[in-house]
Amino acid sequence: MNKIALSEPLSETPLLEMRGISKSFPGVKALNDVNIALFPGMVTALIGENGAGKSTLVKILTGIYQSDEGEIHVDGEPVAFANAQDAIDFGVTAIHQETVLFDELSVAENIFLGHAPKTRLGFVNWKAVNARALALLHSLESNIDPRTRLKDLSIAQRHLVAIARALSVDARIVIMDEPTAALSRKEVDDLFQIVKRLKAQGKAVLFISHKFDEVYEIADHYAVFRDGKAVGSGVLAGVGQDEIVKLMVGRSIEHAFPKVEIPLGETVLSVDNYSHPTEFRHISFALKKGEIFGIYGLVGAGRSEICQSLFGVTRPSSGSLKLNGKELVIHSPADAIKAGIVYVPEERGRHGAVLQLPIYQNISLPSLTRTSRSGFLRAAEEFALARKYAERFDLRAAALSIPVGNLSGGNQQKVVIGKWLATHPKILILDEPTKGIDIGSKAAVHAFISELAGEGLSIIMVSSELPEILGMSDRVLVMREGLSAGVYERDHLSAETLVRAATGNA
Amino acid sequence: MIKQLFKFREMLLVVIIAMLLAVFSARSPGFAKPGNLANIFNDTSILIILALGQMTVILTKSIDLSVAANVAFTGMAIGMLNAAYPAMPLALIILIALGTGAVLGAINGLFVWKLNIPSIVVTLGTLTIYRGMAFVLSGGAWVNAHQMTAPFLQTPRQLFFGLPLLGWTAIVIVAIMYVVMSRTFLGRAIYASGGNPTAAVYAGIDVGRTRFYAFVISGTLAGLCGYLWVSRYAVAYVDIAAGFELDTVAACVIGGISTLGGIGSVAGAVLGSLFLGVIKNALPVINISPFSQMAISGSVIIAAVIFNARQERRRGRIILRDRGASEQIEVTA
Ligand SMILES: Nc1ncnc2c1ncn2[C@@H]1O[C@H](COP(=O)(O)OP(=O)(O)OP(=O)(O)O)[C@@H](O)[C@H]1O
Ligand SMILES: [Mg+2]
Repeated sequence: MNKIALSEPLSETPLLEMRGISKSFPGVKALNDVNIALFPGMVTALIGENGAGKSTLVKILTGIYQSDEGEIHVDGEPVAFANAQDAIDFGVTAIHQETVLFDELSVAENIFLGHAPKTRLGFVNWKAVNARALALLHSLESNIDPRTRLKDLSIAQRHLVAIARALSVDARIVIMDEPTAALSRKEVDDLFQIVKRLKAQGKAVLFISHKFDEVYEIADHYAVFRDGKAVGSGVLAGVGQDEIVKLMVGRSIEHAFPKVEIPLGETVLSVDNYSHPTEFRHISFALKKGEIFGIYGLVGAGRSEICQSLFGVTRPSSGSLKLNGKELVIHSPADAIKAGIVYVPEERGRHGAVLQLPIYQNISLPSLTRTSRSGFLRAAEEFALARKYAERFDLRAAALSIPVGNLSGGNQQKVVIGKWLATHPKILILDEPTKGIDIGSKAAVHAFISELAGEGLSIIMVSSELPEILGMSDRVLVMREGLSAGVYERDHLSAETLVRAATGNA
Repeated sequence: MIKQLFKFREMLLVVIIAMLLAVFSARSPGFAKPGNLANIFNDTSILIILALGQMTVILTKSIDLSVAANVAFTGMAIGMLNAAYPAMPLALIILIALGTGAVLGAINGLFVWKLNIPSIVVTLGTLTIYRGMAFVLSGGAWVNAHQMTAPFLQTPRQLFFGLPLLGWTAIVIVAIMYVVMSRTFLGRAIYASGGNPTAAVYAGIDVGRTRFYAFVISGTLAGLCGYLWVSRYAVAYVDIAAGFELDTVAACVIGGISTLGGIGSVAGAVLGSLFLGVIKNALPVINISPFSQMAISGSVIIAAVIFNARQERRRGRIILRDRGASEQIEVTA
């Protein structure tokens, strides 16, 4: 096994070091005697499968959880983080995987809650709050108005707010738990500019991502976790991706996009001039049988909003919808499900899963009419359904009867995908289907999507991940600021064309 | 794990109740005799039935403060009906009680569903309105035992295998509610709507309608209890069951039903009710004055709730603690 001693290539003393950290949850040992070190001016990538213990480590580092065993050293001195405030006092800030923000507060308030600039009399200096929030958002190349209420933002925009919040604290150690999961290439670039600035300022960055291209682009060191153990770490340069994948999963994984060429059938769904009062306008496209129709665009371009209106969560202000040539009006998700349209939402915590319910009940939730007989539920059927999809996507859970809330972020996502695929829809709308999913399971999800298309399902797939869009789509609709920036055929797809169309840079 | 968790919490309540019984019977021999236990259960039947209704509502992230007022109005209505038309068959009277309760529950549900008013506001309003209606209906007069017919008064007292019909009614309702909550689509929808309303909507569940049904269930059970209450105490007046809505909420909370919605079980609600029932029955037996009785009941409720909350935190619900902790960062950062 690849074991590079940490001290060997690194002369400096670590800014922060964790030694022998263990943490158990009922039934799971999430971290088992883990060591990791972060150095000033360096980005360390933390890599591992879903459920490997990455987020648990982050929560220990930020004082949200306390480790069962082990110590944390800052500048060589042992410290204890009894709560979140302690961690902040020691200069640790984090962008968490599941962001916790306040819906009813403004963007600026969310960013500065608890550490707002004060006036001389000790009151909150609102002018300064808004100005500094604006400056932070500008540095992220975002034009969100700091006075907007958070609930009016899209998920990806909220994500930017969470990033701004983490950066608003003057920290020495910045942790980013899958910060790019909801971001498109352009926003990732902006974020990386900031990361580089942090590096130049001598801060230590811990960067968690399932996307290897990003890891190689930004990280100096790597640390790999497998099943709660640190299985390798060192300097990233010169270490190949396959080597890291092998450390991560114990075998190598081929991830070629398993796109199957399927002769497209007749039009199944035609969207005609769909408009929404505030989110998008004049969107038209036709979805064919067996097609994977990609939708690409920057954060906040209105991609998810279109999907939500197709699914009946919101209502379009004008435009019409035809299913198999027949006019279709959708008032609610129940209508959409009845018509065979399902939507796998992007935000699993809010829209996707009922965290308190067991895994199997979450997966069966939209399929209950099929798993029940004369109004009575049948647990055995529900379990069978759940087991099928759990196996398919390599769900890592102690049992199917544990609450979804106890799963790691990526595993929750697998539950949500399984839940919707289990409904056997005719039209499947996937919003960032592989967000937060590790490389092995990603391949499984892609293979399954292809298989479904092969069976004649029509798929709309929103994704911010260029390789995914390029690798899977038959055609791609690019959106820019709520408007269509063109539909591109598979033969004309390239990263440059899509990015150019999405950003409007001719 | 949810299963284990509930089992654990329920086992805990069973153990506590058993310990209480042991302590009380040490002070007063005969307390734990089968006959007395049947009595206690019978005495707690109404609370159990109402707590089950309350549980359904709380699971959907709502609350029904009007249950006791519903009992009072329905009880008054059918008491007067029985007095005015002694020939009316009991089955019809009970049907009317169920129907009246259901309508009152549906009114709550409609406000919550169609007008999106928070349930606490709606039911605080209907709490006074329903009791006011009982007053208007009766003009403040009482319906006394001698005005009621024998079948009306005696049927719930019939003994079967040592337990009065009232107790058996509670057992049947418990069984029905168990099936509804764990085996039907509505039951699952109730859990999902309270656990994560947004996700429930995305899954095609009509959350508003589900809440409405929960209120109808609660109202129907309250209607049934209207009859059970009046026949048990052989009197109907405006103030019957005053404040009893809080007992139903307490029973739910003690039984581990989360006031945030989505978590809880029929067994929990039943055990929570039994716990309160045992305490209420035991204190007079061991000669404790009514005033200290109230203080003791209150303290035990608080202690149980605290214990329960800590238990909730220590076991599986780490997610909530996690969220709490993260919120703390937001607040204290
Ligand atoms: N609150 C919790 N209660 C119980 N088990 C938990 C809890 N949080 C995490 N776990 C378990 O701990 C393990 C590690 O989870 P963690 O969230 O750290 O994974 P991760 O590496 O961040 O995965 P992902 O890539 O999916 O985000 C998993 O098995 C998970 O099920
Ligand atoms: Mg994670």
